[in-house]
Amino acid sequence: MAKVKLDGVRKVYPNGVEAVEPCDIDIPDGELVVLVGPSGCGKSTLLRMVAGLEEITDGTLMIGDAVMNDVEPANRNIAMVFQNYALYPHMTVAKNMGYGLKNRGLPKAEINQKVAEAAKMLNLSEYLNRRPSQLSGGQRQRVAMGRAIVRSPELFLFDEPLSNLDAKLRNQMRIEIRALQQRLGVTAMYVTHDQVEAMTLADRIIVLNAGRIEQIGTPGEIYSQPASTFVASFMGAPPMNIFTGTSDGQQATLDGGVSLNGAGAPSHTGKIQIGIRPEDVALDASGPLPFEVEIVEELGAHRLLHGRLSGQPFSVSVNKDQPAQTGPAKVALKPGAVHFFDAEAGRRL
Amino acid sequence: MKRAAFGQIGFPILLLIPQLVIIAIFFYWPAGYAIQSSFYLQDPFGFGSTYVGMDNYTRLTTSRTYLSSFWFTVIFTTLVTFFSLAIALLLAVKADKVIRGAKTYRTLLMWVYAIAPPVAGLMGVMLFDQSRGNITQLLASFGYDYRLGVNYWDTAAAMITVSIWKQIPVNFIFFLSGLQAIPRSVREAALIDNASGSSRFWDITFPLLAPTGFFLLIINITYALFDTFGIVDTIVKGEPGNNPMTLVYRVFVDGFRGGDLGGSSAQSVVLMVLVLILTVVQFRFLERRIHYT
Ligand SMILES: Nc1ncnc2c1ncn2[C@@H]1O[C@H](COP(=O)(O)OP(=O)(O)O)[C@@H](O)[C@H]1O
Ligand SMILES: [Mg+2]
Repeated sequence: MAKVKLDGVRKVYPNGVEAVEPCDIDIPDGELVVLVGPSGCGKSTLLRMVAGLEEITDGTLMIGDAVMNDVEPANRNIAMVFQNYALYPHMTVAKNMGYGLKNRGLPKAEINQKVAEAAKMLNLSEYLNRRPSQLSGGQRQRVAMGRAIVRSPELFLFDEPLSNLDAKLRNQMRIEIRALQQRLGVTAMYVTHDQVEAMTLADRIIVLNAGRIEQIGTPGEIYSQPASTFVASFMGAPPMNIFTGTSDGQQATLDGGVSLNGAGAPSHTGKIQIGIRPEDVALDASGPLPFEVEIVEELGAHRLLHGRLSGQPFSVSVNKDQPAQTGPAKVALKPGAVHFFDAEAGRRL
Repeated sequence: MKRAAFGQIGFPILLLIPQLVIIAIFFYWPAGYAIQSSFYLQDPFGFGSTYVGMDNYTRLTTSRTYLSSFWFTVIFTTLVTFFSLAIALLLAVKADKVIRGAKTYRTLLMWVYAIAPPVAGLMGVMLFDQSRGNITQLLASFGYDYRLGVNYWDTAAAMITVSIWKQIPVNFIFFLSGLQAIPRSVREAALIDNASGSSRFWDITFPLLAPTGFFLLIINITYALFDTFGIVDTIVKGEPGNNPMTLVYRVFVDGFRGGDLGGSSAQSVVLMVLVLILTVVQFRFLERRIHYT
């Protein structure tokens, strides 16, 4: 168990692509941090630099109290779970899990005992003598987890470990990973492009966009105080509605003429962007805002109403008990529903 | 797979005929003829033949020259197969590690493959040439009097070296593509599990290359046994003398130089059986080909 510190860590690939801009990250001991962002934003690159699979172009990486920049991956005392599991196809499950320990020179009896322990924890005991090709996807995933656990690492690294599983198994494994990480108390970095996975797993979330850190915060902070329009629309499903508008310092007005009375306004005057989450809006016949509903999407527990507000696209999420049909309607905003961002960079105001 | 439906049997057979004719003329007919004549003693001048039963075969088992060729072929095949595989594997592993300029480097190595075999053989032979060969001169500077075609072991060394040299590019290409077929993440997992590069190679890379290696083993044995005819011929130049030769070359020498068609046919039959065994092993293997994933 160890804290992890990245200080100005940056990655430029030999072909000149700057995959990760200089970034500072501090992970306290025992915390599970999720790196989330769209495909190609540099999540894997960042994780692989921590693992030692990719050279660090600039900056310092510390695990525990030691600088790790030039330490071999095998000597960093980490364990990594890969998206495609990366099991050794010619070895049995037991050998796969014990390989790292064997190379550290542990006696056979101790290896067997540790492997048996991990296998029991992961319900793999009866498969120890099978080859990976004789296992299902979910079982392979568990073996990959087992291989990481037996090494008793100071740091777990996960690179989209659940992406190859079907939705049901993914939910189940997500809960198991969380439980396991908390039980073992090992610091973990977890990469995913799935914002639901990020929200449910993380102690803290790091949102990445095009090689840059957009925001670091708890799931609650990320959801309620998104630092930018990128974070606002990436985190949360359905995504936050983003409108263009103006502010006169007292009141914000959407382009198209509708004013948001009582929602406050940023001190910034002129063009701004205005964000409203679909679930922060209520259908209300006496509400102040006219909403033209065009499509009703049934989602079971709730419905999504898509349409226009002030001529701009707008989605509202309502409870299943609330009747809804297409046509004109009125909506009211819940308190604190309105977020303001600047017009160009999309930073929170 | 989609099954094509033909109205009657005639048309498909018509389509097969060219292939069947070629196989019949160039394989079954000569093979059948070889089996037949292996039971006869041919008159050297071509005036008839006498049935002698298994005589030609029993004669082989006692012939000193045949047995010497047999043992030479065993040693030759073992050395050529081992070294052409080992050196190619070494080169492939090194080439696989190259990152900067990888494409150019690999293309350069593979180009050798495009050189026609006789040219390669000839180039190899020139290096060992009595008077002008670079290797001969190099050895002479160390005080060794290298005599190609005169000294048995000197000649053997040249045959083996040239044969190995000629086969390396083929093996290299297969090994390199085998290496590149190993998933990157598996190697990376090994990188995290094991700090020692050589132990990673023997624990992970080598076993995962085993299917490629086994395939190449068969290919290389076949190559050393049969396809080295041209190289042996270029070196021996049809003048056996005291020189070593492989079994395939002896079939040619005894049959066409020595005029012993019966004995030479018996030798061919022995080789055919050998090929058959190799083929069976290969098909067995291909059927049960180790599928890891
Ligand atoms: N080996 C590489 N060489 C050059 N560019 C790379 C390499 N690996 C990744 N990249 C680039 O770096 C960026 C980030 O990639 P990656 O970290 O894999 O993204 P993510 O895991 O978030 O999808 C991408 O633009 C990708 O094309
Ligand atoms: Mg990735």
